[in-house]
Amino acid sequence: MVALTPISRTEPTFYVPVVAAFGAFFGVFIGTGQGNLIAGVLGGAILMGALAFILTKLIKNEKAARWGLTLLIALGGFALAGIPGLLIGIFFGWFFGFLTFWLYEGRYRAKIPPYLTPGQVLWHFTFRVICGAIFVFLITPILVVMPLSFNAENFFTFTPEMLRFDPAGYSLKHYRDFFTNADWQNAMWNSLKIAPVATLLSVSFGTLAAIGLSQPHVPFRRAIMAILISPMIVPLIISAAGMYFFYSRIGLQGTYVGVVLAHAALGIPFVIITVTATLVGFDRSLTRAAANMGANPVTTFFRVQMPLILPGVISGGLFAFITSFDEVVVVLFVGSSGQKTLPWQMFIGLREQISPTILAVATILVGISICLLTVVELLRRRSERLRGMSPS
Amino acid sequence: MSDAPTVQTAASSAAEARAADAAHTGPMLAADGTPLKKSLNRALRLQKVRALALIGPLLIFVLVTFIAPIADMLFRSVENEIVSNTLPRTTDMLAEWDAKGTEFPQEPIFEALYDDMFFAKEAKLHTRLGSRLNYELTGVSSLFRKTGRKVDDMGEVYQDQFEDLDDFWKTGENWNSLMASDGWLVAMDGWKKSDGKQPPFELREGIAEMLPATTETYVRFADFIQNQDEDNLYKKDPWAIVYSSLHADLTGQNSVASYTGPAAAELKAAAAAAPAFETVNFSEAFRDIDKDWHALDVWQTIKVYSPKYTSGYFLNAVDMQKSVDGPELRPENERIYGILFWRTIVMSVVITGSCILLGYPVAWILANLPVRQANLLLILVLLPFWTSLLVRTSAWKVMLQQEGVINDTLVWLGLVATDDRLALINNQTGTIIAMTHILLPFMILPLYSVMQTIQPSYLRAAKSLGATNWTAFWRVYFPQSIPGIGAGSILVFILAIGYYITPAIVGGTSGTFISNRIAYHISSSLNWGLGAALGAILLAAVLLLYYAYDKIVGIDNVKLG
Repeated sequence: MVALTPISRTEPTFYVPVVAAFGAFFGVFIGTGQGNLIAGVLGGAILMGALAFILTKLIKNEKAARWGLTLLIALGGFALAGIPGLLIGIFFGWFFGFLTFWLYEGRYRAKIPPYLTPGQVLWHFTFRVICGAIFVFLITPILVVMPLSFNAENFFTFTPEMLRFDPAGYSLKHYRDFFTNADWQNAMWNSLKIAPVATLLSVSFGTLAAIGLSQPHVPFRRAIMAILISPMIVPLIISAAGMYFFYSRIGLQGTYVGVVLAHAALGIPFVIITVTATLVGFDRSLTRAAANMGANPVTTFFRVQMPLILPGVISGGLFAFITSFDEVVVVLFVGSSGQKTLPWQMFIGLREQISPTILAVATILVGISICLLTVVELLRRRSERLRGMSPS
Repeated sequence: MSDAPTVQTAASSAAEARAADAAHTGPMLAADGTPLKKSLNRALRLQKVRALALIGPLLIFVLVTFIAPIADMLFRSVENEIVSNTLPRTTDMLAEWDAKGTEFPQEPIFEALYDDMFFAKEAKLHTRLGSRLNYELTGVSSLFRKTGRKVDDMGEVYQDQFEDLDDFWKTGENWNSLMASDGWLVAMDGWKKSDGKQPPFELREGIAEMLPATTETYVRFADFIQNQDEDNLYKKDPWAIVYSSLHADLTGQNSVASYTGPAAAELKAAAAAAPAFETVNFSEAFRDIDKDWHALDVWQTIKVYSPKYTSGYFLNAVDMQKSVDGPELRPENERIYGILFWRTIVMSVVITGSCILLGYPVAWILANLPVRQANLLLILVLLPFWTSLLVRTSAWKVMLQQEGVINDTLVWLGLVATDDRLALINNQTGTIIAMTHILLPFMILPLYSVMQTIQPSYLRAAKSLGATNWTAFWRVYFPQSIPGIGAGSILVFILAIGYYITPAIVGGTSGTFISNRIAYHISSSLNWGLGAALGAILLAAVLLLYYAYDKIVGIDNVKLG
């Protein structure tokens, strides 16, 4: 819903104090950083309030005013703290320029319903800031890991060199270590040997079963579904313990086959869920039409049904793959050192000899996740289009 | 798949039958002349069979690779065969012993114990039993180990006397000529190691009636030598315990006097001398090895844990112990699992709560933004969801450290003094922060899908009727979003109480969950039964929640991404 609210310029009595309040807020950090809280708060408030008034009432031209402010604060930052100060300064300059004119021109009201009271408007924006903070919380760990993996030192924090953007502070040595260290390479190959086979098993069994489950008359459907989904619900440590006991009884503990079977079992619920979801929208008259025209069941399956449910099958497969590729608890128990996978190696690294190579591996894995996420998202849209739903 | 033919047949036959019905009365017939009802039933049955045939392979696969292991774990949580398998006679005889009394067992039980310990020691099973019982009573492990080392000496009293009496009793060849059948002796004569398996030992006819105890012991000895050690039985000198049995036979009721087979003379001489032999008092001999054998609690423990199945592991898992008076609470300072279960539940509740707190606004804004923007923001939710768990955990480990990014930033901003850095890791705070982050997408996604279905016009209608923002939200919007909260909370809670990796890495000692204890029992302390019992309790809790989830949301409605 887009509200068409007429907007008009606001009075300085409104926007100058608001900008000053923001100035005071950021002044807190600079103040405490310099050891004088009150000076920071007052200085920030007065400076920003005054600048806001000057920009709107004396310069008036928005473009010039905002560029000027950015340049000014950036230079101030540079003088205080070098290149990091410059970057922070550019950000603050842009932000305060935006804030001042956003408030001054009344743009902040443009997209919200005209009947809101000032308090409601304030809540509207506070709410968005809170949500923004939560999104930052969601994404920060991933964003922090990436730059840290280029650290030239064996530290897990940003070194002064990194903060100064000194090229000497960055290096690819952790990546080099990952690609040359026998342990890590071994672990990677083990992961690549286990995950695809486990995925193949769960996808082939899972797709057949999902087709079976979507038939109109399935006896004990609920119970069967509960059993097939259970590997996803039962805590991993319990699955791992049970598999450890049982697989040692039948001689599969510590073998490649044991790990593959265990991972295939864990991946099955994901295949079942995604494929059944695709089959919900499947028009059964299509198979009848195919049969009517003389296709046998096998032809019907491969030429009519399979192409339509393929997106679901592939995304189920990707889920199964990532489950196996990320899995550590079960492999810890069911595998032996011959099946040490990438997550296992990371787990050891985190518990014992923590090395920044983990961050390089983590960055690579994030890259892989992004690729998989993109593929799944594209497939979902394609599937919805094929089934005649509007892609959302 | 193509169920079209049957359905078509059914449909067309229904039409035909209707036409036919007008012409003549009687049951409706399908095209092929069978009654319609029967024909439809057959079609339905065929469909069911086909569906099951498609599901079958996976069902079997999951049953074998997943359900069987879980069943095995549940079985192990009550299984306790080791005591009665290792000490079969002792546990049999203990059945009559009054564990609640103040008398420790009498001589016959010690004799049985000697018997059991001897064979257990030869098979090296006594240390395993020792460690098993040590979980219930500290010190049993070393007691068994010590006894195993010295149990040989006890029988040697008889062995020495027999051997002093006549050199005949020294060698395995002589013993075998007495105990074994002629056929076996001939077969053994021609046997060489290269021939493979030894001919199985056969008893001489009549020997079992004459020397029952000796025979029984000798057969067990022979079986062990032939099948476990795979040694040449013919040349093997018997164990000390065989001599004790022989002494018992010769001093008791026997028919040696009328015996005429091989070694009759030696046997008769021994029978004559045996009553004068120095005897062993097993009860005292065991006390000499370790005075704990005359302690009541050792015998009580053995008796309490003699049944093949025990509730002992489960009692241990809830801070109780089995005693002669039935289950009782452990002393205050030994109760750890109650605290651990409670902590697991409380922390899972806190994590679920913070997920609701953080997830609700995000889901709300996703559901209320234009589709294009919402999809962009949804990527920010899905990216962590797709990122490896280990990656996210290591990210938190890096960020939360004393010298980590968060503390460094706080110090740089001047909010925290350098020497007063926040302890964010290796405690409950670390576990809660990291797990909230990891499980947040599982809250946001179900909430989002529920909120998408809530009409925004309801909220506007409420406001136009005079509700304040808060009332409109609380009375109109929130109740409609409760199914989402319920689904998300159960999902997050189920996942949280079973978590292992993240608490193990960022939880330290105070932030670990029951799962970490299970892993400890399985891989470090090797008390598998207790680990299995803890796992069974956790599993029961999860299945209960799973059932609730199924009732509220339905497992078919689980959505991914």
